Amino acid sequence: MAAINRDDVAHLARLAHIEMSADELDRMAGELAVIVDSVKSVSEAAGDDVPATSHPIPLTNVFREDVVGHTFTAEQSLSGAPDAYEGRFKVPAILDED
Amino acid sequence: MSVDATLSFEEAMEKYDPVLGFEVHVELNTKTKMFSSAPNVFGDEPNTNVNEVDLGMPGVLPVVNRTAIESSIKIGLALNCKIAETCRFARKNYFYPDTPKNFQTSQYDEPIAYDGYLDIELSDGTVFRVEIERAHMEEDAGKLTHMGGSAGRIQGADYSLVDYNRSGVPLVEIVTKPIQGAGSRAPELAKAYVAAVREIVKNLGVSDAKMERGNVRCDANVSLRPHGRERFGIRSETKNVNSLRAVEHAVRYEIQRHAAVLDSGEPVIQETRHWHEDTRSTTSGRAKSDADDYRYFPEPDLVPIVASREWVEELRATLPEPPAERRKRLQADWGYSDLEFRDVVNAGVMDEIEETIAAGATATVARKWWMGEIVGRAKNADVDPGQLGVQPATIVELNKLVEDGKINNKMATAVLDGVLAGEGTPAEIVEKRGLAVVSDDGPLLEAIDAALAAQPDVADKIRAGKLQAIGAIVGGVMKATRGQADAGRVKELILQKLGVEG
Amino acid sequence: MTDTNELIRLSAAQLAQKLAAGEVTSVEVTQAYLDRIAAVDGGPRGVHAFLHVNTEEALAVAAEVDAIRAAGGAAAAELHELAGVPIAVKDLIVTVGQPTTAGSKILEGWHSPYDATVVKRLRDAKMPILGKTNLDEFAMGSSTEHSAYGPTRNPWDLDRIPGGSGGGSAAAVAAFEAPLALGTDTGGSIRQPGAVTGTVGVKPTYGSVSRYGAIAMASSLDQIGPVSRTVLDSALLHQVIGGHDPYDSTSLPDPLGDLVAAARLGNVDGMKIGIIKELHGEGYQAGVENRFNESLELLKQAGAEIVEVSCPNFKYALGAYYLIMPSEASSNLAKFDGVRYGLRVLPKDAPLTIERVMGATRAAGFGDEVKRRIILGTYALSAGYYDAYYGSAQKVRTLIQRDFEAAFAQADVLISPTAPTTAFKLGEKLNDPLAMYLNDVATIPANMAGVPGLSLPGGLADEDGLPVGIQLLAPARQDARLYRVGAVLESLLEAQWGGPLLAQAPALATSVVEPVETLETQEAK
Repeated sequence: MAAINRDDVAHLARLAHIEMSADELDRMAGELAVIVDSVKSVSEAAGDDVPATSHPIPLTNVFREDVVGHTFTAEQSLSGAPDAYEGRFKVPAILDED
Repeated sequence: MSVDATLSFEEAMEKYDPVLGFEVHVELNTKTKMFSSAPNVFGDEPNTNVNEVDLGMPGVLPVVNRTAIESSIKIGLALNCKIAETCRFARKNYFYPDTPKNFQTSQYDEPIAYDGYLDIELSDGTVFRVEIERAHMEEDAGKLTHMGGSAGRIQGADYSLVDYNRSGVPLVEIVTKPIQGAGSRAPELAKAYVAAVREIVKNLGVSDAKMERGNVRCDANVSLRPHGRERFGIRSETKNVNSLRAVEHAVRYEIQRHAAVLDSGEPVIQETRHWHEDTRSTTSGRAKSDADDYRYFPEPDLVPIVASREWVEELRATLPEPPAERRKRLQADWGYSDLEFRDVVNAGVMDEIEETIAAGATATVARKWWMGEIVGRAKNADVDPGQLGVQPATIVELNKLVEDGKINNKMATAVLDGVLAGEGTPAEIVEKRGLAVVSDDGPLLEAIDAALAAQPDVADKIRAGKLQAIGAIVGGVMKATRGQADAGRVKELILQKLGVEG
Repeated sequence: MTDTNELIRLSAAQLAQKLAAGEVTSVEVTQAYLDRIAAVDGGPRGVHAFLHVNTEEALAVAAEVDAIRAAGGAAAAELHELAGVPIAVKDLIVTVGQPTTAGSKILEGWHSPYDATVVKRLRDAKMPILGKTNLDEFAMGSSTEHSAYGPTRNPWDLDRIPGGSGGGSAAAVAAFEAPLALGTDTGGSIRQPGAVTGTVGVKPTYGSVSRYGAIAMASSLDQIGPVSRTVLDSALLHQVIGGHDPYDSTSLPDPLGDLVAAARLGNVDGMKIGIIKELHGEGYQAGVENRFNESLELLKQAGAEIVEVSCPNFKYALGAYYLIMPSEASSNLAKFDGVRYGLRVLPKDAPLTIERVMGATRAAGFGDEVKRRIILGTYALSAGYYDAYYGSAQKVRTLIQRDFEAAFAQADVLISPTAPTTAFKLGEKLNDPLAMYLNDVATIPANMAGVPGLSLPGGLADEDGLPVGIQLLAPARQDARLYRVGAVLESLLEAQWGGPLLAQAPALATSVVEPVETLETQEAK
């Protein structure tokens, strides 16, 4: 398994939308390398025949009936907003459109 | 925004073979959202059709809407897909302010429906089979409005406003396999495919299927390869193609653009393109990059969906007749000839005619208005006929005004234009414009006397029984009344006046 | 009328009895706890278990209960057994009318517009909520030192950690600032603080208590559970908060049965209790090992059969946990971006784009441990690594479940020390993430498999005189067995000690002049 380096951390920080200083990147790379090294045995623990478990207690088909429930007023929706304008959340410009 | 070079469509077709692919998003018309009990309603006050789940508040959890699952299975069945015995939701992780959790709950490697097909009938009756890769469930995002800068455009905007009312609306994304062999019919096929999907979901009653409201949205993938080559070219994905005509135009434009790029010896860039209805062209979005690492993983807050065969068969039993059979039935019911019916289908007004008939018009009247009047106007306005703004009730009302002799056909078309110009209902426009057929015989009789006096020789001919000569007098009367007289009534009165049996 | 100093030392069950008998009012009880909080929680050497104290509302609910009781009749008869018994809530669980911070700067000042399901159930039972307790930021830690609002101190030794992430809830109960508290347990955050503070903590079967309103760290591992001073009290609280919730898709449809009755049954005669070979011995402090062996002896004397079981795949549990937990957390914490609620930090320089605002907000709003886990989880899920990391870890989960199945084929309940060591010193492991993670080695397997676990005090370690925790594990949905065995062991141990272990805790310096250190007072500074 590949070791984790500073460039990897910089890339991951971008994906995770966390700005990091050069010092932070260095420190994080060192810490993560140790952690990643300690968990690497996991990839060799189970053979191909072992199924994955994503839920500890298996349930299926948990549904809600299509019946309208409670809603917020615009005031409630925006009650914690850092910035709002005319009933909507206000955010700075977006340059990169998806 | 630089203008891209294009080749003529004919030249592009001569040199290259297009391969298409479509991702059509269908908004389901469930009463509530995919994962929350907030209402799925279009166009209300911003941020009021939401609760804590749709806003991605800390601590919230999703719960799946049963009706949305059933609608998705129905769509899968109507697309001749297999329905997965077990499937799951997954998280697609990416940051965007219209996505309140900064991940979209979607399906990844386990779609609810897969391996289907749709037979598409082209305008000349050719049937083309489009293979469906998958149909999977996901949730819609909120709506961003870009403010300041160049109006409404994302580039140069000062800030954006977010309304999460649409956040969590259930979507089914239908993905085709690569569509090969369409050749120069590619743009037409593109339009016909999207029209067919729209027809299916509307017919199933699972979506309002209004493209202008974004209920059905299409991303069109286009690539070109030299004739005879197996390997696909690099594709572009054109987003935001939200009318049937736009689908056709966008595919045609991208074929022409790709051809010009390839001709110049450059590689096509794999990227997102944005469709602009105003310029009928696409512009570059952003290139696909490693930033598209969505880190999919099974949604741990939801449990798998097991579609038992009994459940699937129960749902299959509720499906309405398939569109092809429906067409046969409608043609028989309406008594249209093959040619008439194909024209109706190709013009994309079959649903509209059906609705108009349901509203009280005869099949002949409905066809006369849609094919004779509205399709042409829609073409001039460059919109789909259904989006022009004519309601079935408008046509019924217009027709009734004509049948009652209140207005004539010529006036009726003018009234239709008035309706489209937003002047009101037909009755209101007739009233406002003073368009009513002159039915008070007094002014008519005066005009008839004047016309007879002006052409005494014609009057004599009529008296002598040469009834075909009456046209000249009627014409004089119509001219004098500026066309507002009922020609039939005028004729009656002339004959009465001259003491001739008609 | 009972002396307030005595009142706060009563168990929840005893308080409930006195309230029902009219020997004390809920206002008196609630005020006694509020006074205790004021006396021991604040100041530089305070316990600092609370981030917010909910004085007014708690007293209002208490007064309401008292009024209903005084009026008598049907309404009084319908009061819940725990009505009027106050409780503290971990600040990871959202509450209307009080701030919820998750111990993070990124949620400073945020008020939830909705109540968590467990909070609704507390309100339905009319239990006054004393306030919100401190925790490691977003429950990420084993010492409560990762709280953005400063660490909580262990009432047994104020220079030591109270465990984590639910150190605030455990310390509040241990310091008699609350008779009961709610915690959350993702890898041991209820049980390990219970162990190091000499209190009882239970991680219920996954899905048996609704997670709706608990700010998610790792959705497939998180569980809300009770924190108390006695096994019976945990059972009483578990009964209040448990049961199906339609707002949580992973909520179990069927109830777990009568947990309180199980706690009152107190009988282990003929039960098979399995020692997990891999969860004691090497790596465990000698004093921890000694107390563990004594507990085994007591259970044997009470008629239980002690067997040894092996769970060979538990050695992968910690590694798999540190892939699954950060993966899910990296996604769960993506929503904290400065758009809809909480902190927004603008970048220091142009351009001012939302991307950069999100980056700056998350950089300033999250602490180091949270960032570490988000980056680790982003890595484990990223293209090319998913199969090797997240995929493999999910397979290890299957192996751990199989180990449990095999073990429970041989034993009715399993037993181990809760944590390898007693409470360590504040700051001791703060800069060594891996050493910190090892605290959870014995508690993590239960989360991986979804099975229930209970930690109860097992005595004091010989070398440092600090509390040792004994962990009991039962098969999924068999939480009742934990209460049954736990209550027996508790009574046998207390008979040895001549009373509750907490009676041996040193008295805390009290101060009536020192104001309570809460978020509000911190903000005011």
